[in-house]
Amino acid sequence: MAGEATKALSNDVLWGGGRSPFSISYGKMMMWFFLVSDALTFSGLLVAYGFVRHSTTEAWPIGEEVFRALPFLTGSFPLVYVALMTAILIFSSVTMVLAVEAGHRMDKKGVIKWMFLTVLGGAFFVGSQAWEWSHFIHGGGGYITTTQGEKYWVHNDAHDTHDPTAHESFHLVKAKEGHYLIPEEGAPHLSREQSLAIWEDRVAYVDGANMDRNEYGPPQYANFFFFITGFHGFHVFSGVIINLIVLIMAVQGVFHRRGHYEMIEKAGLYWHFVDLVWVFVFTFFYLL
Amino acid sequence: MERDDIIEYSLDAHHSEEAGRKIRRKIWLVTGLLAVVTAIEVILGAYWKEWMPGSWHLVKWTFVVLTLVKATYIVMTFMHLGDERRNIRAIILLPYALFILYLLFIAIWESNYVNWIWTNLL
Repeated sequence: MAGEATKALSNDVLWGGGRSPFSISYGKMMMWFFLVSDALTFSGLLVAYGFVRHSTTEAWPIGEEVFRALPFLTGSFPLVYVALMTAILIFSSVTMVLAVEAGHRMDKKGVIKWMFLTVLGGAFFVGSQAWEWSHFIHGGGGYITTTQGEKYWVHNDAHDTHDPTAHESFHLVKAKEGHYLIPEEGAPHLSREQSLAIWEDRVAYVDGANMDRNEYGPPQYANFFFFITGFHGFHVFSGVIINLIVLIMAVQGVFHRRGHYEMIEKAGLYWHFVDLVWVFVFTFFYLL
Repeated sequence: MERDDIIEYSLDAHHSEEAGRKIRRKIWLVTGLLAVVTAIEVILGAYWKEWMPGSWHLVKWTFVVLTLVKATYIVMTFMHLGDERRNIRAIILLPYALFILYLLFIAIWESNYVNWIWTNLL
């Protein structure tokens, strides 16, 4: 780990050209080049998101108003769930770097322990993202637009998307003009009778999110949410698979026989990169 | 299952127990720092508007700076790019930074223009 830059090199690690470029192994260098190209892909996605958001004249949804739910609990917890996901991913990044460190000491038991925790953290993150997608797609009740061009929030505790009026608690609240997810200031919760009358007058009922429209904001908002977090989630998923394979190889003692644990380091580079991307997705998608 | 068609190079794959202790200490320090920065970001994101309405521009830039701090620690310590030679660091970071700065500039410039078109001409 430390001191790679200053160490004198033995002949058996030099590349065909007589010396090892930059004193780095071939595998690590190629992993870095791949990560740079992958970083450009993610930057392209996030910059495209910024472009659409900056150029649109519609109101754009705000992260802490969209993502404020927790599993098994009711109430408002702005950004807590995403923060939890971030913490899980950073934690699994830490266990990964500890596995790399253990590998440098040829500590097979340590490598297995930390790699196992890394795989566990990654799987936890993928599962959390599945829950968040499910929650995002199902939405919180949705809104209707009326023939007068007004917008009302639908309170729909039973979450019956086919017929929200069937439930006893169904009622409407007038939404702030030109905004998503924000009720008009001081707008009363309408009675069931009033609500039903307005409901009959609806032009469209938007509930949850799909590729065409969503209750949070302009259609592009959900499209970018699905593409960016989906693409990142796919990276996490493949990272978990790679880590699992490396873990199995470590258990079998493949690296111990080889004499070094560099494969952990290479898988680790990829895994840290996934964490790195999430740091940016977290800021530019959820916080800003 | 040993393969002899792949030559595995290993330059500095080993360190001593003592060096390991130092490295682990650094790892936990960076972990604490990343956790604190994330906590600050979440608190600012959730409550800034209640505390100081109207200063969203400032918090936006705070987020960008804090994110870059986190990214630097992940790349330099966890991916230990800080321990590699200066040349490899430059090869990985400089072309990327150059391209991204250009991409950001052109995206902000053009999206301003598209916004102007939608506001004034359509």
